Amino acid sequence: MNENVIAMLISGIGETLYMTLGSVIIGYIIGLPLGILLYVSGKNGLRPCMPLYRALDFICNIIRSIPFLILLILLIPFTRLLVGQSYGSTATIVPLVVCAAPYIARVVEASLTDVDAGVIEAAKAMGASNMQIICKVLLVEAKTSLITGFTITTGLLLGYSAMSGTVGGGGLGDIAVRYGYYRWQTDIMVITVILLIIIFQIIQTAGMKISKKLDHRKR
Amino acid sequence: MLSPYCDSPANSLVCKEWVIKMNEILNINGISKKYGDLVVLDNLSLKVKSGEVVVIVGPSGCGKSTLLRCINALEIIDDGEVALDGKAINPHDKNLSKVREKIGMVFQSYELFPHKTILQNLVLAPVRVKKMNRKEAEKEALHLLERVGLLSKKDNYPRQLSGGQKQRVAIVRALMMNPEILLMDEITAALDPEMVREVLEVVLDLAKEGRTMIIVTHELQFAKAAADRMVFIDGGRIIEEGEPKEFFENPKTERLKKFLHSFTYE
Repeated sequence: MNENVIAMLISGIGETLYMTLGSVIIGYIIGLPLGILLYVSGKNGLRPCMPLYRALDFICNIIRSIPFLILLILLIPFTRLLVGQSYGSTATIVPLVVCAAPYIARVVEASLTDVDAGVIEAAKAMGASNMQIICKVLLVEAKTSLITGFTITTGLLLGYSAMSGTVGGGGLGDIAVRYGYYRWQTDIMVITVILLIIIFQIIQTAGMKISKKLDHRKR
Repeated sequence: MLSPYCDSPANSLVCKEWVIKMNEILNINGISKKYGDLVVLDNLSLKVKSGEVVVIVGPSGCGKSTLLRCINALEIIDDGEVALDGKAINPHDKNLSKVREKIGMVFQSYELFPHKTILQNLVLAPVRVKKMNRKEAEKEALHLLERVGLLSKKDNYPRQLSGGQKQRVAIVRALMMNPEILLMDEITAALDPEMVREVLEVVLDLAKEGRTMIIVTHELQFAKAAADRMVFIDGGRIIEEGEPKEFFENPKTERLKKFLHSFTYE
């Protein structure tokens, strides 16, 4: 294999990590508050507000029901407006975030719902405000589950970032599509797949280890 | 608290009433609570004086726990009023959390924060809610932990403690807010028999110290020892109340007689 291919693969890894981490971070900036809002406004939340819950619930479901590949194409005008172009790794972050935010909101909502209601009640009984309960009780008690959710989301976005290769999204997926699929270079295809598997394993193992380490509930 | 006019003999009768009235910390006035068609509390009234230990007993599902939960508005009452220090508690008021600070509550299943150490569990509310200085809160926490014999557990997590130890920590956590009244909801119901004692001794200690408490329990022997006043609830109403001695030895209603009898074996 010549040096050009190696250089391309290395920059591919960089782009893949850039897209995955970029979209996961921006996704959480949007999705985390959204998830908290879903939990708080839900039926058994701290401050139930069904109209708000239903609206958020509806939006999340709509976006999540669009397949990512379609979303990728559907959002091209929006991406162009935001980034100035519709291809390349920075542009790919836009549809990735749009796809990830509602997913993250759901994952966060599920994590918060898992927190023992009795503990929240105890905090209420001590006179904690809703904001204090969210910041000091809910998020703290849900942290292992939140980290697990973060890991799963990152893995998912890694896969989606590769999918964006079909429309010139950059990264390892792009290389696999261009060289492996269009040019019949199976060796490059196999290498990109192996690299993706390795990255995925690292993310998954690290995430689960951290989550386990922070769990004080059981030995 | 004494009226400044109490030394005047002419006023003595008025004074007595005034003193009692002032001493009333909690006034539950005709509260009702329904879940759908099920009436859990039925026009129930109860007054608690400062320093008084009121022990509530009754069959399962009679509304004892709901009563406690209605006091600090964890459950919203359908009718009636709960007043603390003469001020009605409004569950929709922005100041509800301020009122809740004054009402400590200990739960059957402890409800300690599993991801916080014992010390963190204790200082969380005083520091965040009461805006107490962290150093001072920690000092107070250590002092109270020592009192219940758990100083060595301060850096442990709740899962490393036994049920009885957890419950003692939960009591300390409630005390940390220095509440005007403590509500204890079947705090020994989930404990092994040997652990019941260590928890109840702490409660007895608090009773002697003059803490105002409402205790819901199934431990009648303990109730006898701790109570200033016994209350028997069934079907969401107070069936009988009175001094512990009279209550246990000479129950007036058939319903209470039957209930007390169910605890004895011959």
